[in-house]
Amino acid sequence: MVLILIDHADGQIKKASYEALTYGADVAKQLGTTAEGLLLGTVTANITELGKYGVTKVNQVSNEALNNVDALVYAKTIAEAATTLGAKVIVFSHSQTGKAVASMVSAKLKAGLVTGVVSLPKTDGGFVVKKAVFSGKAFANVEIKTDVKIISLNPNSYKIVSAEGSAEVVQLNIAVDAPKIKVTAVNKVSGEVPLTEAEVVVSGGRGLKGPENWGIVEDLAHVLHAATACSRPVADSGWRPHHEHVGQTGVQIAPNLYIAIGISGAIQHLAGVNRSKHIVVINKDPEAPFFKAADYGIVGDAFEIVPKLTEEIKKLHNS
Amino acid sequence: MKVLVCISKTPDTTSKIAFKNNNTQFEEAGVQWIINPYDEWYALVRAIELKEKDASITIHLVTVGGADADPIIRKALALGGDEAIRVNTTGDDSFYIASQIADVAKQGGYDLILTGKETIDYNSSAIGGAIAGLLDLPFVSLATKFDLNGTVATITRELEGGEETEEVSLPVVVSCAKGVAEQRIPNMRGIMAARTKPLKVVEPAAVDALTHIVSYELPPAKAGVKLVAADNVAELVRLLHEEAKAI
Ligand SMILES: Cc1cc2nc3c(=O)[nH]c(=O)nc-3n(C[C@H](O)[C@H](O)[C@H](O)COP(=O)(O)OP(=O)(O)OC[C@H]3O[C@@H](n4cnc5c(N)ncnc54)[C@H](O)[C@@H]3O)c2cc1C
Repeated sequence: MVLILIDHADGQIKKASYEALTYGADVAKQLGTTAEGLLLGTVTANITELGKYGVTKVNQVSNEALNNVDALVYAKTIAEAATTLGAKVIVFSHSQTGKAVASMVSAKLKAGLVTGVVSLPKTDGGFVVKKAVFSGKAFANVEIKTDVKIISLNPNSYKIVSAEGSAEVVQLNIAVDAPKIKVTAVNKVSGEVPLTEAEVVVSGGRGLKGPENWGIVEDLAHVLHAATACSRPVADSGWRPHHEHVGQTGVQIAPNLYIAIGISGAIQHLAGVNRSKHIVVINKDPEAPFFKAADYGIVGDAFEIVPKLTEEIKKLHNS
Repeated sequence: MKVLVCISKTPDTTSKIAFKNNNTQFEEAGVQWIINPYDEWYALVRAIELKEKDASITIHLVTVGGADADPIIRKALALGGDEAIRVNTTGDDSFYIASQIADVAKQGGYDLILTGKETIDYNSSAIGGAIAGLLDLPFVSLATKFDLNGTVATITRELEGGEETEEVSLPVVVSCAKGVAEQRIPNMRGIMAARTKPLKVVEPAAVDALTHIVSYELPPAKAGVKLVAADNVAELVRLLHEEAKAI
């Protein structure tokens, strides 16, 4: 059986979980077995509907203490659930929750772990998964040698597919340890598209000259329902928050569309974004290295081009 | 108070990534090695800042690697570590590496274990959690702020679309991301002092690797950029809509 962790926040299932569910269901098909979900804590979303993504059953540990991710408590609960249910493959999303708990579950179960996986495993003689390495500059094919296998799926690497279907919800009776970590404050940036989950990302660099000029980036992001990002010097200068810094030493992303404005395309920047499906570069310097890594480009002044681009996209939406 | 900082050696960020022996091994020729930026800029520097406020803190470094990791660990000592342990083995399986560090940690009795949020070569984000799992300690991942008040740590960590502040009593394992501290440059005095700081080499614990890298590959090359004239932005929108189907 393939067991997929269903990640949630504020009562809602996260988008990355739909990817993980679709992926896990396809792994199960490939192995000729079934796929089940595992949900820790409580949600307001309709759990039976998760059957649309290919799981026949969702196992739930309805303990409200699990609505906060205390990694140790969470990991122990997952390890016990996986053992009780006889899971052979455990699928996480390589999200904040996955990064907090997948490796702990691996340690608890002594089960081989590969994180940041980008495609289905090769299962003809062994179990080999492909993962992103060198911060997006390469991939590694990694064999998991243990009986139980743990993988975490990179966000935006697997297309969500849904069909008719509903899942049976089964309550699991697992004693949950008292959390050792106390959450004292939660600070949500509401209305923003999370960077790693975004289909479209609009990103600005030093070419924008100062934080007061970010309005054109935000306007473009708004019409595209995009997340905003930036280069490292922009975050380091405090023009934009740190969590927007993409690149080798920032967040690594793989959106469907990445629009780089006034970013030169240094090797460390490219490393974090070059798995984007389509890259658009707007830069006034025709020699900017970013053009070599781009699919589409405009050589010109961002302050003129970006507002026009926003207008043209509005026109497209209205047509 | 004893703080253990995990240090990894990674290729410099400008390194050309290439492979040899039929794409089964990383081509190390010509590569400059650095301390993994997350380990250095955030985990180690934060430990140094804590020590500057509380002189009773000692900073212990651990790395898992061959003798070629010694220059890296010396640099970390130059920045401000007090002593270092190198576990004399190499590997790319996170469980194997974490088991070696957990073994060191069991013997050292540390109050706080810091790692970077991931290494820039394998990008696994797996070592901190696995160490905590092996030691049965609480783990906070992707910290962007870290403070100590006696034996209670106050930690802010990244969430998708926000952040969360947490309190936890030591001992704890924390993986550090941007925001925890600022990069520092080692000074001459630190570099001189590092030469005589203790660097102990220990042999690895007998643990099996649970995964194994079979081969590497490079991403497919881009076909080449399509340039659109600056006075024809509508054409870019048309291409993105009709050709790329991205908007
Ligand atoms: C160890 C290390 C790690 C690093 N990690 C990262 C990382 O993770 N992410 C990252 O981004 N960087 C990283 N860097 C920094 C990286 O090397 C570059 O310095 C950085 O990416 C440059 O940012 P930028 O493109 O915004 O600025 P610049 O390189 O200054 O480029 C600005 C660009 O804007 C263009 N421009 C100027 N005016 C206009 C205009 N009016 N209209 C249009 N275009 C204009 C210019 O032609 C230029 O190409 C790292 C560096 C090191 C040493």
